[in-house]
Amino acid sequence: MNKNLLDLSILELSERLKTKSISSVELVTESYQRMEASEPIIHAAITIRDKKEALGKAKNADETRKTDSHPLHGIPYVVKDAYLTKGMRTTAASKILDNYIPPYNATVIDRLEKCGAILIGKMNMDAWGHGASTENTDYPVTKNPWDTTRSAGGSGGGPAAAVALRYVPFAIGEDTGGSIRFPASWCGITALKVTYGRVSRYGAIAYASSLDSVGPTAKTTEDCAVVLEAIAGIDPYDATSSPHPVDKYVQGIKVSIKGKRIAFPLEYYKEGLDPEIKTAIIKAREQFVSLGAIVEDVFMPLLEFGVPVYYILAPSETSSNLGRYDGVRYGGTRELFTKETRRRILTGTYALSSGYYDAYYKKAQKARSVFIQNYTEILSKYDAILSPVTTISATKFGELLDDPVTNMMMDVYNVTVNIVGVPSLALPCGFTQKGLPIGMQIIGNMYGEKTLVSLGASYQAVTDWHKKIPRGENS
Amino acid sequence: MKGSSISAEDIKKIANLANIPISDTQAEELTKQVDVTVSYVSKLQELPTDSVVETSQVTGLENVVREDIVDKSRILTQKEALENAPHTHNGFFVVDAVLEEHE
Repeated sequence: MNKNLLDLSILELSERLKTKSISSVELVTESYQRMEASEPIIHAAITIRDKKEALGKAKNADETRKTDSHPLHGIPYVVKDAYLTKGMRTTAASKILDNYIPPYNATVIDRLEKCGAILIGKMNMDAWGHGASTENTDYPVTKNPWDTTRSAGGSGGGPAAAVALRYVPFAIGEDTGGSIRFPASWCGITALKVTYGRVSRYGAIAYASSLDSVGPTAKTTEDCAVVLEAIAGIDPYDATSSPHPVDKYVQGIKVSIKGKRIAFPLEYYKEGLDPEIKTAIIKAREQFVSLGAIVEDVFMPLLEFGVPVYYILAPSETSSNLGRYDGVRYGGTRELFTKETRRRILTGTYALSSGYYDAYYKKAQKARSVFIQNYTEILSKYDAILSPVTTISATKFGELLDDPVTNMMMDVYNVTVNIVGVPSLALPCGFTQKGLPIGMQIIGNMYGEKTLVSLGASYQAVTDWHKKIPRGENS
Repeated sequence: MKGSSISAEDIKKIANLANIPISDTQAEELTKQVDVTVSYVSKLQELPTDSVVETSQVTGLENVVREDIVDKSRILTQKEALENAPHTHNGFFVVDAVLEEHE
């Protein structure tokens, strides 16, 4: 019997759990029913937790729940397979880690466990985060729940498809150059790329350390806010985690956006952007105005330099980070690195090699400063920037592979956010004529997540794009 | 930073530095792809950055230190540390030889 409990928000679920009108056992049972029905086609997961074990956790949650338990108490969730989970296989979607059983938990996993949330699966991704389609996984490729002949986006296509199909109320992703926001937009869900350092990276398998960020993806802005409040904050195990105070993000939902100032960068809406996406975001712009926000055209002329900066910094850092996989302490040998990862390791090694370092890595770090200046200038006058997430809607399989430049251009709207370190909320704002989801993103100031929550929640209060649900069949 | 021209030899050398074993066919394919990527990112030279100081991290945090106290909750036991190792011997990791023996 399917009650569709997982269509409810986290706060609604928590309320019903506390008043005992539903149980965690029912919730977790529903999660497994959904996975059993869709996984043979969708492949959102790499590893699913033993069902009995998960139900045991749920039973325990039901028995220990108090009226003041955390809202995530007894709520099932999944993570991108880039987070270490003690005793549960962690692969980063690479055969190198096919048998790797971590001896400790990532901080984000520990924090969620402390809240009482129940981890039920490790989700698919491009191996090591290298890609924007999840096609670079060494496991069966995740299908887009809206059209299974198309990609779910990447690199975190698994967590996005899992939330879109309502396997669980939320997932944790990792965003280095769009890896949470991009698949969320192609799958029609909401996602938050947090300020760099807002959430601990301890136990997250590193792609590019100066760009990596840990954040939630869920049905709504509100759900993302609930999760962020649970996972944000300084961690002694991650020296780059920020001591900046953690806001009451959930309270941001009720804050009016009247008078909030939003920048609309004209360069972002020129050639290269699918007209259907442009039309949807212009409609959203009008909705923000009708909600009382002030939206103004601005110039952000650096856009074209974003991808070059990213494709120097990220491959350089990944070539260094992946150096640890030597097949001695854990994992298989380096022959098991697949195409896209080899490409990135070699590009990075080249950019860092003697004689080229100044021309590439150092130049990119200088450009990074120029981007920070540009963003700071805009964000000192505006509360947020309204941007597309992707240039096109979900592509057919195979369209993105083996063309480095097209691959790189896929994340043109996302990478500068990581280069600068600011947060960004991606949320659904329409559908194409073919019925594929369209997303937009609202980029905020450093530690400005609460303002993004207000903007996103206000928009979602008057729209219902985020309520549309795919059912995993060929649509 | 000029419009790049990377040779298959360069790629083999870099692959050796990165400890990535590649065949001649793979070297050829990778040469093309890395060359395309490097040429593309070379666009960056059009951005003036003469008087700009580079940014290596965005947190503004410096010299983050902790008390010099052992945190036992964070220490792996020898058994845990070795559990994922493909080859162990008497409680140690087995590594490839780095020195050669001479008669």
